[in-house]
Amino acid sequence: MDYLENIESLAYFSPEIVLVVFAAAVIILDLLVKNRESEKTAYLSLVGLGCSLVAILLTNSILGTDESKNLFFGMIRLDGFAVFFKVLLLLATAATILFSLRSEELDARLKGEYYALLLAVTFGMFLMASSTNLLMIFISLETVSLTSYILAGFLTHSPRSSEAAFKYITYGAVASGTMLFGLSLIYGMTGTGDLAAIGQQLPIVLAEGQVTTLGILIAITFILAGIGYKIASVPFHMWSPDVYEGAPIPITAFLSVASKAAGFALFLRFFFSGFGNSEVMQSIDLGLLLAIVSALTMTIGNLAALPQRNVKRLLAYSSIAHGGYILMGAVLLTNGDAAIVDKGIGAIIFYLIVYFFMNLGAFYVVVLIANEAGTEMIEGYRGLSSRAPLVAGAMAIFLASLIGIPIFAGFFGKWVLFTAVIEGNLYWLAFVGLLNSVVSLYYYARILKAMYFESAEDTERFSFSKGTFALLSVFVVPTLLIGLLNIFYSLSEKFTLQ
Amino acid sequence: MLLSLMIFVPLLGMIVVLLLPRESEELIKRVALVFTLIPLILAVYLYMTYNQPDLEHLWKQDVPWIDTFNIQYHVGIDGLSAILILLTALLGPICVLASWRNIEKGIKAYMALFLLLETGMLGFFAALDLFLFFVFFELTLLPMYFLIGVWGGPRREYAAIKFFLYTLFGSVLMLVAIIAVYLNSGIPDDRTFDIPTLITLAGTPGHALADPVFQRWIFAGFFIGFAVKVPIFPFHTWLPDAHVEAPTAISVILAGVLLKMGTYGLVRINMDMLPEGMAFFTNGVGFIGNSLALLGFINIVYGSFCALAQTDFKKLVAYSSIGHMGFVILGLAAGNETGVTGAILQMFNHGVISAMLFLLVGVLYDRAHHREIDGFGGLGNRMPVYTGITVLAFMASLGLPGLSGFIGEAFSLLGAYERFQTLAILSTIGIVVGAAYFLWTLQRVFLGTLNPKYEELPEINRREILTLVPLGILTIVLGIWPHFAIEMFSETVTELTTKIMGTLEASL
Repeated sequence: MDYLENIESLAYFSPEIVLVVFAAAVIILDLLVKNRESEKTAYLSLVGLGCSLVAILLTNSILGTDESKNLFFGMIRLDGFAVFFKVLLLLATAATILFSLRSEELDARLKGEYYALLLAVTFGMFLMASSTNLLMIFISLETVSLTSYILAGFLTHSPRSSEAAFKYITYGAVASGTMLFGLSLIYGMTGTGDLAAIGQQLPIVLAEGQVTTLGILIAITFILAGIGYKIASVPFHMWSPDVYEGAPIPITAFLSVASKAAGFALFLRFFFSGFGNSEVMQSIDLGLLLAIVSALTMTIGNLAALPQRNVKRLLAYSSIAHGGYILMGAVLLTNGDAAIVDKGIGAIIFYLIVYFFMNLGAFYVVVLIANEAGTEMIEGYRGLSSRAPLVAGAMAIFLASLIGIPIFAGFFGKWVLFTAVIEGNLYWLAFVGLLNSVVSLYYYARILKAMYFESAEDTERFSFSKGTFALLSVFVVPTLLIGLLNIFYSLSEKFTLQ
Repeated sequence: MLLSLMIFVPLLGMIVVLLLPRESEELIKRVALVFTLIPLILAVYLYMTYNQPDLEHLWKQDVPWIDTFNIQYHVGIDGLSAILILLTALLGPICVLASWRNIEKGIKAYMALFLLLETGMLGFFAALDLFLFFVFFELTLLPMYFLIGVWGGPRREYAAIKFFLYTLFGSVLMLVAIIAVYLNSGIPDDRTFDIPTLITLAGTPGHALADPVFQRWIFAGFFIGFAVKVPIFPFHTWLPDAHVEAPTAISVILAGVLLKMGTYGLVRINMDMLPEGMAFFTNGVGFIGNSLALLGFINIVYGSFCALAQTDFKKLVAYSSIGHMGFVILGLAAGNETGVTGAILQMFNHGVISAMLFLLVGVLYDRAHHREIDGFGGLGNRMPVYTGITVLAFMASLGLPGLSGFIGEAFSLLGAYERFQTLAILSTIGIVVGAAYFLWTLQRVFLGTLNPKYEELPEINRREILTLVPLGILTIVLGIWPHFAIEMFSETVTELTTKIMGTLEASL
């Protein structure tokens, strides 16, 4: 196969290089700035993200939209799929930095490191979205995990945050260890770490009888532990409510959107390239396994969200459920019809765009309310419709979208996903998914109820800056419009894996 | 163009209302009234011109929307949708007037949500694209949830979420059915949501959509979605709660229009698009072949007996609604011209009469602040005008010949008698019980000695009379000369019933 050598690859690797350079620059700037309250590091990080975005677009335009390149002797691959995820992750990081600027729970003295770490984790996620080699996959996953552990525990004065970090590490260590074992099994079976080569080798060794389907199934199950942990799918989801609840809210938002998206990127690429031949996946009934995992993930996520009174924790469970919906699209990877595989990936991409806006928007409101009302509990949302009508309206839009009610983007996201799933003849799975949407209505509506039907003891109005509303509208407007406009549908088709 | 204008004028009104300062309440109400009167004026024009071929282009529009899925913004009318659009447009300004004084807080948000609701309803009746149809169907949920939940009675939160959960559950099944219809409508590049096209395809022998077994499943999916909305037993339990807690005007819209969305869907999709499915559930063979008629019968009898047992005036009217919607189901199940004509007539008449009843309950509640039927007595002397209008509404609702309620029920029963003799005969129990609970209520509330507490109860005022008079006139006029309504949809019905009866005969 053709690939670029190290030096040739560097030009295409510029987005990642920019991120690393700026991460280092943020640390140096942090040493130089005397005023600990200064927000210069945050702005430098944003500049870094901006430069990286420009680099992504430049490399993409050099490359042309349909072209792809294998960099560093085939370790990572640059294609439309990777570009899409890089842009999405980058925007998520930018949003997180903007949230953090407004968040009052973070220790101002530590913010320099905090932003440097955010850039580093973004770098890791870029690699997750583009790795095509088992070794690279593992390294990228570990880069992301290690930095995430620190970020989750960043509220040094809060025992809850430390607990979150500790749980995250413990679970993470087990999951990545298990995954590494699975990867080594695959390497042992095929003698190569390259995904495309694995895709070619597996059917051959299977046909020759050197390995059994059971062996492959065991290896895949182990690997799924690592990936499932990143996307918080059942049964590897247990860490996420505690971590989401304990971590600083901007980091929770980041983990629930960016970390999940990167996990799905890795998941899709791994199975699409590594098992490009779907016969192998069908012979081990991977489709059924994934479908069951998907159904369980959304059901358990939704049911566990029902009794929650802490909005952050509620959204944590809801994001598990949304991970389950997205997994439905991933089930389609095992379909024999290439057109349906394509639709599944397209549906996931579309859903991730929608999810990006509605979920980050909802978390931003949580940040705002935590600042003003001083609580993450649902009681803090009482009477919000009269205390801050615009914020309440925005939250109502995000929640309605998360439920999946027309005309909000979430509905169209689910629409695309369910249409693909039904086209793959998985009626029962679509059914489970839709019933789950009904269940989810109940807990999302509890927030609506608190905001609109109940009144607070304290009726003083909240005041927010113009910047707050500007940032809020960045999430509200797409949540209203994405589904209604044609362009996003074609966008999701363009970036599918090839 | 005019049709789209009609659908989106209330939405425009919503935006205008939202831009007004919340203090200028009078202005907000007037703006809302104007923006509900415009659709009414257009609807009157529609009534005058719907059958003129040279003006047909005014009442339809078809533009591409989401190309990837071949979704179109396609709206249009036929006799059935025209009459329901007329009903919706008529009740719009009446509800705004009915909310004039008794909405105490947040009139701005209330009017904005109401206008959004009106757009949803009008759009639903006009939609000719299955996707658009679903979007408008769901568009009514959120405003309704807030209207009940914020402005409702003591148990409003419970009623609001129950309404929302039930309807969403139903629509989920409908969504699966819609996706299945779409995926089976053709090869990947040629799939469509266009309802007229789908109806043609479903009637093309050999096409995937025409497969009887497929149609049965799809029929069931759509049916449950609509059954929750109608509501058909056993999906009805949200209705009494929602009605009792909702403010007057919202009850009016709920009974007057939202319930009709369910039966309209049954005609538009289940009967017109899925005749094979319809035939399977109404062919009179065995339990399944009688199921639709049986559900209509249960609704009639169950609703009426429940109404008889109520002590809350509004709950009584709510249960009577369930009973009266049963006649619609029974008439539709008959599938013949008489039955379907009766059913559609009943949809319109029930919309008018139940709107009157809920308005009248609201008038009393605004004065006495309770709705216990036994808490009044002798109001006939104290409020003669109010009593007179109530008697008219009661008589129309219990099916007195000469008033509009009679014709629809009679036609439905006649139609059903041809196909489901026993059930039709048994359904007349509902009429008897209907007479019983209305007359009994009349006796308890208006006759006898006046409760001393209510000696100073003020008579119905001019604004309230204004909301009731147009409806009262309609019940009388349509009672004497139902042809004003029938001629609108008779052509549509003939076409539809010929198809249904043909399919039925072929399947037997």
